[in-house]
Amino acid sequence: MNNPSPTAPLNYLNHKTGLWSWMTATDHKRIGLLYLYSITTFFLAAAVLGLLMKIEKVAPGETIMTAQTYNAMFSLHGIIMIFIVVIPGLAAVFGNICLPIMIGAKDVAFPKLNLFSYYVYITGAILGLYSQFANGHSPDAGWTFYVPYSAEVNSNIILALMAAFTLGFASILTGLNFIVTIHRMRAPGMTWFRMPLFPWSLYATAWIQLLATPVVGITLLMVVAERTLHVGFFDPKLGGDPVLYQHLFWIYSHPAVYVMILPAMGVVTEIFPTFSQKPVFGYLPIVFSSLAIALVGYFVWGHHMYTSGMSIESRWFFSFLTFIVAIPSAIKVFNWLSTMYGGSVDLKPPLLYAISFIFLFTIGGFTGLILGAVATDVQVHNTDFVVAHFHYIIFGGMGFGFFAAMHYWYPKIYGRMYNIRWANIAWGFLFTGFNFLYFPMFIMGIQGMPRRYYDYDPQFQMGQTISTIGAVILFIGLIGMISNLVYHVRRGAIAPANPWHGVTLEWQIPSPPPHENFDDIPVITRGPYVFDNPHTK
Amino acid sequence: MTTLFSGASNLAEGVDRAFMFIIIISFIFTIAIVGLIIYILVHFSRKKNKNPQQFSGNVPLEVVWTVIPLILVIIMFYYGWVGFAPMRKVPDNAMQVKAIGRMWSWSFDYGNGKISKDLVVPLERNVKLNLFSEDVNHGLFIPAFRVKEDVIPSYNNYLWFRAITKGKFDIFCTEYCGLAHSGMTAKVIVVDSLEFDKWLSELKSTGDTPEHPGMAIIKANACITCHSLDGTKVIGPSFKDLYGAKRMVVTAQGEKEVEANDDYLRRSITDPNFEVVKGFNKGLMQSYKDVLKAEDIDKIVDYFKTAGGHK
Repeated sequence: MNNPSPTAPLNYLNHKTGLWSWMTATDHKRIGLLYLYSITTFFLAAAVLGLLMKIEKVAPGETIMTAQTYNAMFSLHGIIMIFIVVIPGLAAVFGNICLPIMIGAKDVAFPKLNLFSYYVYITGAILGLYSQFANGHSPDAGWTFYVPYSAEVNSNIILALMAAFTLGFASILTGLNFIVTIHRMRAPGMTWFRMPLFPWSLYATAWIQLLATPVVGITLLMVVAERTLHVGFFDPKLGGDPVLYQHLFWIYSHPAVYVMILPAMGVVTEIFPTFSQKPVFGYLPIVFSSLAIALVGYFVWGHHMYTSGMSIESRWFFSFLTFIVAIPSAIKVFNWLSTMYGGSVDLKPPLLYAISFIFLFTIGGFTGLILGAVATDVQVHNTDFVVAHFHYIIFGGMGFGFFAAMHYWYPKIYGRMYNIRWANIAWGFLFTGFNFLYFPMFIMGIQGMPRRYYDYDPQFQMGQTISTIGAVILFIGLIGMISNLVYHVRRGAIAPANPWHGVTLEWQIPSPPPHENFDDIPVITRGPYVFDNPHTK
Repeated sequence: MTTLFSGASNLAEGVDRAFMFIIIISFIFTIAIVGLIIYILVHFSRKKNKNPQQFSGNVPLEVVWTVIPLILVIIMFYYGWVGFAPMRKVPDNAMQVKAIGRMWSWSFDYGNGKISKDLVVPLERNVKLNLFSEDVNHGLFIPAFRVKEDVIPSYNNYLWFRAITKGKFDIFCTEYCGLAHSGMTAKVIVVDSLEFDKWLSELKSTGDTPEHPGMAIIKANACITCHSLDGTKVIGPSFKDLYGAKRMVVTAQGEKEVEANDDYLRRSITDPNFEVVKGFNKGLMQSYKDVLKAEDIDKIVDYFKTAGGHK
């Protein structure tokens, strides 16, 4: 790949070379890789912050850092993970790399806009980092920036808000690009219901990105106006309403959770049929459950605010809808299990991660029901329980979905194969460490351990220590997984075009794919998951 | 110690019932899902099953696994609602206490200037807390009572409970409020009715002594959240018996002893990191030069000089 033999056909990685060719790349696959490398870098940085916080909490009192440092760290960890890693995450990386190929297109609808989105993203990400190191204090208001604290505190809140605002723009533009791509660029014969399910999940996601992100953009600008021009929107000292901020913030930030998780659901929906050599079970229910999640997900934001003092009717309303939005997720889980049932199941690393996704997402989902019920939420709201819940959903869901995608499409992207044994061992560490890290937090949360606490009562000592041990194990797994992938980009065995015997379009072209994917645009005559000659060797 | 299913208020039973129902259903489903995954991995492994079946859907099954979870979650919603609804229906005879949150401490105002750092309540009597914030958002959480409500400036939030077990229970702040958020704790102390009446009548009234204007400024700027009045070491050195005291400070040049006189106090307000009292961290306090007016700083210094550190 790096030294192609004169006869080897050129692919997207080597058809042009040099740094400039990457910086000005409009090829969707190259842009996907730019995102992949940026996101991985930020992810590792924020993961280290997470590990440091856990080490701080191995014992009560000061262990390795002061309260101010801890508070800045959980804020930075949240801001990087949410806005720079998880929200763009799967859509920007694997959406970019795979979407056009899977629908039989040569690129996205607006390749230059796609590159522009990347630069907007990088600008926002750099602003976010700069807010930490510019003069003054690192921002310490958490990733939620609740007013009045964020409107009054003397730290670099404005820079952090502008970072989130800028990142929002990148998200909107990517969403727009994907919607147009899916509407206009599908190969001849690929009707809506012949489209694979990963593109479907990206489609539902893109609408949320396009419609919900502007709300948070404006809200964050309003906080900036509050701090600089002293316009009273949210701060009661200026005549504003602090709970209004929470509404506006969560109107975006709850649907944003579905921006994070829907593409991950799409990824595992591709993996189960391939590794079972069997069609997806319940194609239409999976499509409609994605759309239902995107739609109903707009109307459940109030479940973040049961204790904020909002009216009793709204607590009723938001609780009820929160339970309704759980149903489409449950339907997906049952359909995934039924996809494997009766198949010829090959437990390779992508499937291992996809099955872990089901397990962790199920625990995250069930604990979400405890948060959805008003009475129980009152007890666990703003405790470690919430932190554990959303790490099960976002890290266990989106994160493991991302790892599954990485192990699934890796041979397609690089034309090389990673070491499977090494990948399995790393998975073992990741999965074990994950549960030791987060599960004790459910129990501590129910017992009353609040979140965002630098220090804690000695009654929580045991749970905190187990959690720290889990964090260390998880981190070892993470390093193991990433080094396996990085190491084999250049040294792995050459991978065939279709190592897993998948049937979607990306497996029908060479690995790595040529610059414009298809010499001739394929004509689609049937659904995406037909296994004529199941491969069961 | 506050563990699940040992609720100490009248509201705990409803909350715990909702917990039990949701946890049991979730547990059964999780076991079933994990069991099915293991069965699939063993029974349909590629080694054992070379002929994958090619079915791709089943409408009755889809209906079954949509309707059954739907019914279950609606029951969960119901338990959650029934456990919660009483929390918003305060009995008319409830004793009213104003709970005040500030960065980073709680105080409980029983009326007539009687203010306590801990919340002392009588057993088996309805108590309503009117929640008031002096600065940013806080959250008042009593895990053992299963109650929590945000304390938001300009909002008249409230919560109520009837304590059913005697003892000491934790109060935590659950809305991030800055540096010492995790130190913003207090205790609920549940005593029997007679003991409570005695405690309340003996609680010293603080409301009717006129306050030194310097103290008012100290309070308004939340200085006392980091500098205690009673000698306790918090984030910064205590204000107790401050004026005229000799103390070791660390400067850029090294350590030296200084006397806490007018000049020193003024410098500590306008340039707090110039001399830092030994044993405390630099950089945690920023200059109040642009925050306080010059005459306000004079008043604070006068307070230390004339009113002493602490009455």
